[in-house]
Amino acid sequence: MSAPGPAPRRATAPGGSVIPLAAPLMEASGLTYSVRGRRLVDDARLVIREGRRTVILGPNGAGKSLVLRLMHGLITPTAGRVDWRGAPLDKAARRAQAMVFQRPVLLRRSVRANLAFALAVRGVARAARRPAIATALERARLTHLQSQPARVLSGGEQQRLALARALMTGPELLFLDEPTASLDPASTLAIETLIEEASAAGVTVVLVTHDRGQAERLADDVVFLQSGRVAEHGPASRLLSAPASEPLRAWLSGRLYVEAEKSSRIDI
Amino acid sequence: MDLGHAIIGAFGLVLSGDPDLTEIIGLSLSVTLSAVIAACVIGLPLGAAVGAFRFPGRTVCAVILNAFMGLPPVVVGLVVYLMLSASGPLGVLGLLYTPTAMVIAQTILVTPIVAALTRQVVEDLNAEYAEQFASLGVSPLARAGALLWDGRYSLLTVALAGFGRAIAEVGAVIIVGGNINHVTRVMTTTIALETSKGNLELALALGVVLLTIALIVNAMVMAVRALAARAAYA
Repeated sequence: MSAPGPAPRRATAPGGSVIPLAAPLMEASGLTYSVRGRRLVDDARLVIREGRRTVILGPNGAGKSLVLRLMHGLITPTAGRVDWRGAPLDKAARRAQAMVFQRPVLLRRSVRANLAFALAVRGVARAARRPAIATALERARLTHLQSQPARVLSGGEQQRLALARALMTGPELLFLDEPTASLDPASTLAIETLIEEASAAGVTVVLVTHDRGQAERLADDVVFLQSGRVAEHGPASRLLSAPASEPLRAWLSGRLYVEAEKSSRIDI
Repeated sequence: MDLGHAIIGAFGLVLSGDPDLTEIIGLSLSVTLSAVIAACVIGLPLGAAVGAFRFPGRTVCAVILNAFMGLPPVVVGLVVYLMLSASGPLGVLGLLYTPTAMVIAQTILVTPIVAALTRQVVEDLNAEYAEQFASLGVSPLARAGALLWDGRYSLLTVALAGFGRAIAEVGAVIIVGGNINHVTRVMTTTIALETSKGNLELALALGVVLLTIALIVNAMVMAVRALAARAAYA
């Protein structure tokens, strides 16, 4: 299976009842990104539904982070388009999004100043920044570290700060590029809790991960990428239990799946 | 006069706070600090612009800035002299043989150093921050400001490097200042003059002061770097 067909408005719940599907917030079609003739993302189609948590899975080099950057507008696609609420992605749409990177990019300033910077960039009045920062610090459990230089924090604390900074800009959609990579379980739990809280508050989440357990814990929808192509895309409940594509079946069962050539696949 | 007596006499001048010596040191520091401040005002934004923004001719700008780091002081002195001399386009200002002319010459020498080193600092930082800034929607002006602020410790080192170059400069300031006693006589020009006259005491005394300033500046550079690294602001 590749990308889903035209966005269905209804789906069948496990019990057999019909439930309405959330409206597409973001849609990428024919998304292609080539470097020197090599297609790193190849004709990908993704639908991100409002209020849901979409997890992008796939092996190393599948193009997961690249897809995230293309959808967030950090990179211009070679071909294809990205729509936000049915219209091409523009500056205003990008301001309604936020992204947290695998390696948190923190300014050479204090924890508090990193948060204040994001608010200043968004034009928040100085007087309104203080309570917003206090709330964000409390939510990320970083209040006691607010005066510390951000770059002396532990990896988990830095990622919590990056996530808090992203969330305090009030995004409708949050992109997360492997936010818990190389973090210990306690830090992973703290990050996942923040993601769940944001999701509960209505933020749509798109998360890239290598961690099957994390996908099972967080995903409403799953996109599985293989060699830059969408191998499978659909509800997590179905894809993680009954995958239709061979790459996802192999990935879920822990088998090595090597795609040597576009035309010939090797299953080990 | 033998060298031993000259050295003893030099330290005597330094320790006694000789008025002539103090005046020369004061003017040297005043001219140099003014030039460094002017060079920072021009060079920091210029370097930040070349380091942070993509525009046609950016690489050419970077090459020119790097090349101008090695501007020959006597050539700069000659050009400033021609501009400020009575028959020059700025002759009407009457700045030739004044400390202001020396500040102008030193500013021209130090600005490329500040701009080129700033470009490198800002470019490295920008490579690290670019995606995050794009994601946050940081405006170009705010981006340049943030990069300059986050590079503050490295840029302080840049300013100190500019100071080191300016305080030790002799060729340009002697041409545009004229080395006039009590008017434009600074440490380097005095050393050149007094050595040619055989007055080694004053020349050596000023040499000691120059070396001390060089040591202090280098110690400050190292201290700033250590401080920044310890606070993880490097």
